[in-house]
Amino acid sequence: MTGYIPLSVLDLVLASVFLVLNAGFSLALRLGLERQLLIAALRMIVQLLMVGLLLKAAFAIASPWVTLGIAAVMVAFAGREIHARQERQLRGAWGYGVGATSMIVAGALVTIFALTSQIQPSPWWTPQFALPLFGMILGNTMTGVSLGLDTLHTAVSRERTAIEAQLMLGHTFRQSIAPVMRRALRSGFTPIINAMAATGVVSLPGMMTGQILSGVDPQQAVKYQLLIMFLIGGATGLGVLGAVFASAWRLTDPRHRLRLDRLRKQEA
Amino acid sequence: MRIGAVKRGYTALLKISGLGSDLIGPIDLEVATGTCIAVRGPSGSGKSLFLRAVADLDPNDGVVVLDDEDRGAMLAYEWRRHVALVPAESGWWGDLVAEHFTSGNDPGAFLEAVGLVEALDWQVARLSTGERQRLAIARALCNRPRVLLLDEPTAALDQAATGVVEDLIAAQCRAGVSVVMITHDPAQAARLASRTYLMDAGRLRPSERVS
Repeated sequence: MTGYIPLSVLDLVLASVFLVLNAGFSLALRLGLERQLLIAALRMIVQLLMVGLLLKAAFAIASPWVTLGIAAVMVAFAGREIHARQERQLRGAWGYGVGATSMIVAGALVTIFALTSQIQPSPWWTPQFALPLFGMILGNTMTGVSLGLDTLHTAVSRERTAIEAQLMLGHTFRQSIAPVMRRALRSGFTPIINAMAATGVVSLPGMMTGQILSGVDPQQAVKYQLLIMFLIGGATGLGVLGAVFASAWRLTDPRHRLRLDRLRKQEA
Repeated sequence: MRIGAVKRGYTALLKISGLGSDLIGPIDLEVATGTCIAVRGPSGSGKSLFLRAVADLDPNDGVVVLDDEDRGAMLAYEWRRHVALVPAESGWWGDLVAEHFTSGNDPGAFLEAVGLVEALDWQVARLSTGERQRLAIARALCNRPRVLLLDEPTAALDQAATGVVEDLIAAQCRAGVSVVMITHDPAQAARLASRTYLMDAGRLRPSERVS
């Protein structure tokens, strides 16, 4: 165990050299990506510096309300992101509500479960543990939920004639939409399944790498990573299931109709 | 206004009163057992929306009664087994034709009636528009509906296939099925329908009596 090696600003500047090189290639090859690269990099710098300061303050204050407040802000941004990533969205409050609620319920349930039964810091909401854990779970659940909802809404719109043909033959709405729902669920589950399958062989996960670089014993880092992957997988699955089922329920009515009038296409 | 009062001596099987939505109606109509009525009218006048409203596929108001049984008292999917809609563009969800004939009734007789007795093993992707149209009718008939709602059932068919489908519609009427059919062909309406209605801006009004 060597402990972690502190990084200077110069180290970070040096690390960005290859990114700057990429921007140079983009300019030379007229790819038009240099501006996007620059803006994305600047956004990342500002966001991470701010989050670093915010977390430092939150850890120092160590109040459950501050922790809850930061978690609420994270949820608000993630909910907006889910909404924005769908080409077709449910109209009205449902458009934001279905994705955000599924994500909050799944994310909060799994995070609190992990904090109270596995990690067990004292108190259980200690921001140093609760916020990074919730952030990782939320980020992955957000990706799964937005993919699941986007697939569902796009598929029901494109396959309207096939779904309605089944309704016309006297099938229930659930029977008629089942293949589309399966596809939406598969789409939502795919990133986390791929991540679990590739972890440790194709890629070393960021969190584990960070811990190892910070001097943590690799076996401990692996245990933490496994814990996180189980939690992320569980929360993503619950979130995707909740969102896809809730949205499918909203897309019909008691007369087993396909209610595409409850969807709207996002303006480009 | 009551449109299409049924001739004395006929039993009105399908009774529609005040049927409407944002875009059509209110529409009143009675269709007697075993009769065929034709609905004509310009594109966009609401003919297809009318059939969809009867099948309860879009939100709508009004009362629809089948053999004295109110539509609202029946489960929607049971209603659609009794009142079968075959739209102008049929939908397919499986790879093979056989996957679309799962009602439990033997489709053989209906496939034979539309001249596609061997079609169960065929790939849906390789069907012509006309074959799709005929198979969609056969598929709907497998539920043995009491009412058939047909949206331009022969629009994509050649003369021979049109004759086959018209014979089938006439046979269904003789067997006691009531048919509401959208057609742009006045001659076809004359051949099959006892009455013709015109749809204009979402309202239905009687046309000339054909027979």
